[in-house]
Amino acid sequence: MTYIAKPKFHHPGLKKNELGYTHRDYEGKISTLCAGCGHDSITASIIEACYELSIEPHRVAKISGIGCSSKTPDYFLGNSHGFNSVHGRMPSVLTGANLANRDLIYLGVSGDGDSASIGFGQFAHSIRRAVNMTYIVENNGVYGLTKGQFSATADRGSKSKKGVTNTDNAIDLVAIALQLGATFVARSFSGDKAQLVPLIAAAIRHKGASFIDVISPCIAFNNHAGSTKSFDYVREHNDAVNRLDVLVGRDPISVDYAPGSVQVVEQHDGSKIALRKIDADYDPHDRLGAMTFLQKHAAKGQIVTGLLYVDPDAEDLHEHLDTVETPLNRLEADDLCPGSAVLDKINASLR
Amino acid sequence: MSDKKPISSVNDFVVRFANVNGSGSASANELFARAILRHGVPVSPRNIFPSNIQGLPTWYEVRVTESGHLGARGGVDMMVAMNPQTWDKDVAGIEPGGYLFYDSTKPMPSTKFRDDITVIGVPLTAIANSTYTDPRQRQLFKNIIYLGALAALLDMDPKLIEQLIGEQYKGKEKLLSSNIHALHLGRDWALQNLKCPTGLRVKKSDKVGDRIFIEGNSAAALGAVYGGATVCAWYPITPSSSVAEAFTSHCKKYRHDAATGKAKYAIVQGEDELASIGIVIGASWNGARAFTATSGPGISLMTEFIGLSYFAEIPAVIMNIQRAGPSTGMPTRTQQCDIIACAYASHGDTKHVLLFPEDPAEAFEFAAAAFDLAERLQTTIFLMLDLDIGMNHRLCRPLKWDDARQYDRGKVMTAEMLEEGRDFGRYLDVDGDGIPYRTYPGAHPTKGSYFTRGTSRDRYARYSEEGTVYADNMQRLVRKFETAQDLVPRPLQANAERPTKYGVIYFGSTAPAMDEAIGLLEARGHQLDRLRIRAFPFHSSVASFLAEHDFVYVVEQNRDSQLRQLIVNENGIDPVRLVPIVHYDGSPITARFIAKAIGDHQDHLKVTPLRKAVS
Repeated sequence: MTYIAKPKFHHPGLKKNELGYTHRDYEGKISTLCAGCGHDSITASIIEACYELSIEPHRVAKISGIGCSSKTPDYFLGNSHGFNSVHGRMPSVLTGANLANRDLIYLGVSGDGDSASIGFGQFAHSIRRAVNMTYIVENNGVYGLTKGQFSATADRGSKSKKGVTNTDNAIDLVAIALQLGATFVARSFSGDKAQLVPLIAAAIRHKGASFIDVISPCIAFNNHAGSTKSFDYVREHNDAVNRLDVLVGRDPISVDYAPGSVQVVEQHDGSKIALRKIDADYDPHDRLGAMTFLQKHAAKGQIVTGLLYVDPDAEDLHEHLDTVETPLNRLEADDLCPGSAVLDKINASLR
Repeated sequence: MSDKKPISSVNDFVVRFANVNGSGSASANELFARAILRHGVPVSPRNIFPSNIQGLPTWYEVRVTESGHLGARGGVDMMVAMNPQTWDKDVAGIEPGGYLFYDSTKPMPSTKFRDDITVIGVPLTAIANSTYTDPRQRQLFKNIIYLGALAALLDMDPKLIEQLIGEQYKGKEKLLSSNIHALHLGRDWALQNLKCPTGLRVKKSDKVGDRIFIEGNSAAALGAVYGGATVCAWYPITPSSSVAEAFTSHCKKYRHDAATGKAKYAIVQGEDELASIGIVIGASWNGARAFTATSGPGISLMTEFIGLSYFAEIPAVIMNIQRAGPSTGMPTRTQQCDIIACAYASHGDTKHVLLFPEDPAEAFEFAAAAFDLAERLQTTIFLMLDLDIGMNHRLCRPLKWDDARQYDRGKVMTAEMLEEGRDFGRYLDVDGDGIPYRTYPGAHPTKGSYFTRGTSRDRYARYSEEGTVYADNMQRLVRKFETAQDLVPRPLQANAERPTKYGVIYFGSTAPAMDEAIGLLEARGHQLDRLRIRAFPFHSSVASFLAEHDFVYVVEQNRDSQLRQLIVNENGIDPVRLVPIVHYDGSPITARFIAKAIGDHQDHLKVTPLRKAVS
């Protein structure tokens, strides 16, 4: 059930962001997911990222499909409009919403069943259309709500809770997103908030199609030995190529990392991403390099995480369609209707 | 030519062109139809074409009809047989006493003709080949040459055709003069070598008036422009693709910001119909007017989203240009076969609003109205066209728009209203009409947000699996549908001259054939009151009409008499009193068919025609 409202009181001394909102203003209802679910950590990271970015909560539209992951938009940004749509169809609903009002921030939340199986096509096409959005897949390799069937991101050879070995090849959504031209591509782990929060923040500030695949273990059905999406497995095989801070004209989102070489990427809106390189040779501006790097590491059983690719000067669908700056949903008859004089001319041309 | 007197008719005959598709004949044939219109004589042309791009048979039929009967007539008075592949069938289809026009460059054995028709041979290929060297020109101008020959044979004014060509190639001097040259090549040859005119003649008249000549799909697209649609998402499917294409071209002309040149619209060709309707629903949820255009198979794919639109109460406009189903069916043939599929689309208990325009003028009006209705009722509105209206040019009254008209954006709670402290329940029926208020995303920092979902929820959009809460909501949706009855276009009734116990119900593209059939039936002494249904849910006048008549014929273009089923189901009346008259072979229904079917049934009822009783 997702109807449990959270109490509104909070400590009077709670820290406020630039807009005067506290962390609590970015929260939603109480989660009804299983205790320890990776998805709840992602929810917390989204809240953190939006708080840190000082986003007005109601200016975010949160759109999801169907599944455990798709329920989560009810648990964050309680003052935002949310749309728990149809299984696998979040991308089209988000695309339409985005076309109607280019001024809002679009957060698409989906799962691996939602995006890699039933909605694989919509995932692909929203990416290739360069919809300005942050598309997060909460990837646990399993169908949770229907109790533990393999999803299309489950690795070949991994075992289900019931002991069945998966014989199908896995779909790597990151690889697909790279191939289809996503201009911000990242992978992270729900258990690594320090990496995930700035990734979400940077993705929100990115103009264009941002995609983040977040490995998010299913505590109920996919956290056992033999699973390649369990907390233990992901921790052991996590190969982070970088860590980042996002700078938006105030204090950077500070996380403690060991010092390393730092590369600063300036995004279109002026925000900066400070990338602390872990793998010195990894270049996040090299799409082809990223694809090769991912393949090589996947073959070794490693899960590459971090900001894998970014094009800071990306274009989005509205630019491709050359739409007016005013959101289309604010245009009225005076703006849209050519009027009777024009119609008379049209009639005359049809005789 | 002996058995039968040649047909003699002025301004009332059918010419059918048999062509090979991809041969460039379409524009010459359309020119022929337009030229007759310029004589002040109404025409009703129809494309009969295969699901193919090049090489298969295609026909273009022009009904010349001074009396203004715009439905298909049936039968062919003159066949322009340009396709050897379909020759035998084409020749066989000519009415006794009719005319066969063909390319006589290659001699044909006499067995290939008929004795009871007039055969007119023109060496089109020879004329074209001796004039042009380029193979493409030879082919294209051959079409204009036959147009020239027909002009002579049918006594058409060549000046009017020249004028049309002049308008078509305005500013393209070379094309203009070469087309006019080709026209005269054909005309001169016919005048010198054939008996001109034939029994079929076009004579100047004044029956066209201020009417316009437009395809239904283009008119519907224009209705979307005038109705304020800003988002269009679509997936190509015959016969609906030209809606989105026309919307694109209308928007390019009329929807760019004068100062910046930027587009006040967004058109996306989706990856499939699921994405198309998803985009429409996302855009409408976010307060834009959005639509998609599709046909039967697309409707099948969209049904899950249509249920969401119904249950989560999100506006959507779907233009369904119907074609013959089921499955891929006959994709380039017309039917009215998605009535049930649309009226009750999706799983669970659902009902949807359908609009049935009769011609392009109504397609324009109803398309524009559909956006008001969608936002007022917060649900899917189907604009039910079909291939016959959508893809053929049809003579209709001029399109009209009242400049004082503002869009009805429905019940939207604004930031100001929320600030005043108005109680916002997304699914709360505050006015008793079943229609709740909605808010646009991003409207207010702390008030009015809600979580949209296809799952059950209470009046304040809070998730709930309580049976009473669910049923309360489902009942409100019924109330909302009742409200719709009085918002949609009402049926139009026309009564017979004398009181009668018999009525007929029809809708959409059947209208012109029905109007003509009434005349034929009256001539046989059958009196019928008629009701043209223009929307579902049915207005109360439908029930009154049924109550006032012993038998009501329901004329439609599908096998299972779907509108009749819907009437029986929604009005709970005795099905025996509703007599199905169905035509579903993929060709447009004709007056002859309707008159025969109804006339036979009347005879079967042993109705003594009044005239006979009197005499």
